[in-house]
Amino acid sequence: MNKTWNNKAWFMVLPVLLLVAFSAVIPLMTVVNYSVQDTFGNNQFFWNGVGWFSDVLESDRFWQALGRNLLFSGIILTIEIPLGILIALNMPKKGLGVPVCLVLMALPLLIPWNVVGTIWQVFGRVDIGLLGRTLHSLGINYNYVNNVFDAWLTLIIMDVWHWTSLVVLLCYAGLVSIPEAYYQAAKIDGASRWAVFRYIQLPKMKRVLLIAFLLRFMDSFMIYTEPFVVTGGGPGNSTTFLSIDLVKMAIGQFDLGPAAAMSIIYFLIILLLSWIFYTVMTSSDEQA
Amino acid sequence: MARINLDHIRHAYGEKPKSEADYALKEVHHEWNDGGAYALLGPSGCGKTTLLNIISGLLQPSEGRILFDGKDVTYLSTQQRNIAQVFQFPVIYDTMTVYDNLAFPLRNRGVAEPEVDRRVREILEMIDLAGWAKKTARGLTADQKQKISLGRGLVRNDVNAILFDEPLTVIDPHMKWVLRSQLKKLHRQFGFTMVYVTHDQTEALTFADKVVVMYDGQIVQIGTPAELFEKPSHTFVGYFIGSPGMNVLPAFIDGNSIRVGEETLTLDYRPQVAAGAKTELGIRPEFIALSREGMPVSISKVEDIGRQKIVRAEFAGKPIAIVVPEDGEIPAEPRVTFDPAAINIYADSWRVGREG
Repeated sequence: MNKTWNNKAWFMVLPVLLLVAFSAVIPLMTVVNYSVQDTFGNNQFFWNGVGWFSDVLESDRFWQALGRNLLFSGIILTIEIPLGILIALNMPKKGLGVPVCLVLMALPLLIPWNVVGTIWQVFGRVDIGLLGRTLHSLGINYNYVNNVFDAWLTLIIMDVWHWTSLVVLLCYAGLVSIPEAYYQAAKIDGASRWAVFRYIQLPKMKRVLLIAFLLRFMDSFMIYTEPFVVTGGGPGNSTTFLSIDLVKMAIGQFDLGPAAAMSIIYFLIILLLSWIFYTVMTSSDEQA
Repeated sequence: MARINLDHIRHAYGEKPKSEADYALKEVHHEWNDGGAYALLGPSGCGKTTLLNIISGLLQPSEGRILFDGKDVTYLSTQQRNIAQVFQFPVIYDTMTVYDNLAFPLRNRGVAEPEVDRRVREILEMIDLAGWAKKTARGLTADQKQKISLGRGLVRNDVNAILFDEPLTVIDPHMKWVLRSQLKKLHRQFGFTMVYVTHDQTEALTFADKVVVMYDGQIVQIGTPAELFEKPSHTFVGYFIGSPGMNVLPAFIDGNSIRVGEETLTLDYRPQVAAGAKTELGIRPEFIALSREGMPVSISKVEDIGRQKIVRAEFAGKPIAIVVPEDGEIPAEPRVTFDPAAINIYADSWRVGREG
């Protein structure tokens, strides 16, 4: 065999390699670097081992923020998944209603996250916001600035408003892929509406639901922009999620060491969760 | 079990049909006997599935009524009509076990559990899946899945009719024979009214007592397999049934003599043909004798298909097919004779009978 080897092709990869190095690898290694060193200023660093890591893991602040993250993800998933299924089931299957519904559903997804935050920040304000003023004039004492429950409620409603569409669109895609013969057969078998959902629609939506669940979990676990814009983490620390806490620590207090250690822990948590989800998804592929 | 009356049924898929061409199903007016096995035979798009869905209630006809045993069911739902239907592609509930799949139609109707168990076990034996009862239906092969679909249709013993919409399309040829003969056996055993849609003539002819041939949205002939073979009432039936199909040759009719090209044949009756109609002569390849006597033909090709030979020839300028027995001789100067009893005369594609 007379095969010509031309290793010059590797040079083609070089730009990408440089790009990835500058955008990901080098910053990540800088963070690793900070996380194991301490400084008293003057750009002089000394070795601190796993000190910052144990500090972070022993602090209540970290565990409370993590707890808030999990609670938030849990609540929005319990609302968005069933609500998304319900809306998808009631969307029209043919006719002019389809494009209208799809565009309406896609709208919130097209809005930049900080704009979503700003919309709700203004919407909920007691002095000028439509929602805040209306509730106030109805005699309901709503104020997301100083009431913990109201702050959480606002964030949750905002997230549901923003992201339920994603679940709807994914479920809808699953639903329209079901051949008409299944519904006809179910009619002939005398299946109730619930049985049609339980034995035809739900099994066919299982795959997309899993994807919707994963995407929503990951996104909500990493939430930053919206609570930052709406509540800024308050009142108190009540809406300070891991990401907000991290920015406070790194840029607000300029505690580079603990912030770097926390970044790495946060990163590892997300990596671990991604791996678990990936495993779950691929194993459900094999069953199908 | 029921006698089914189709009373002037027409159906168009679009709103407000304007012309005859807008109807997917042109007027159908027939009575189907209780306990009969009918096959709806026709090419794709001829309206057979439309007709089937109208009977099962998945479609409402644009015009006309459907009666089961004299009772008007036109506006009743599929459940209320008590119909079973098996589709072209297997429909199974793949999160359930095989057993639960079969029990599903019964449980939905509130049948008591001991009765469900008895019936499901009976069907499991019948479709030969007894060993699979506890398995989930997901991992089964296509023909096992289709057997479950069939089984779900058969498990209710009180149905008015069982409808089959090309149920064996996805099945291996060998399994087709097995399943078809099982169906035939079940039909004899239980006497359900069965309607079987297919585009495969072998399937239709072996399954049904009466074959309903459809073409372009209308029923062109209903008859036993022998009737369809010997007296096709439309040239389409002649082409479609039989392999190779009937030879149809343009002919001029004058009293009892028929002229095809240069040749003239004489019939023992006078077909009554309206003036100006397009007249044709139909004769099946099986009823043409090839020998040294008769009318000259030129042979273009001989196909040996095992027990017979099919001779492709040119007669009076038109291609014809002739079936010759395996050991039949093919003469050097071939001539043909037509069996006079097997000649059918068509005017504008419809058969003109001896009666007039």
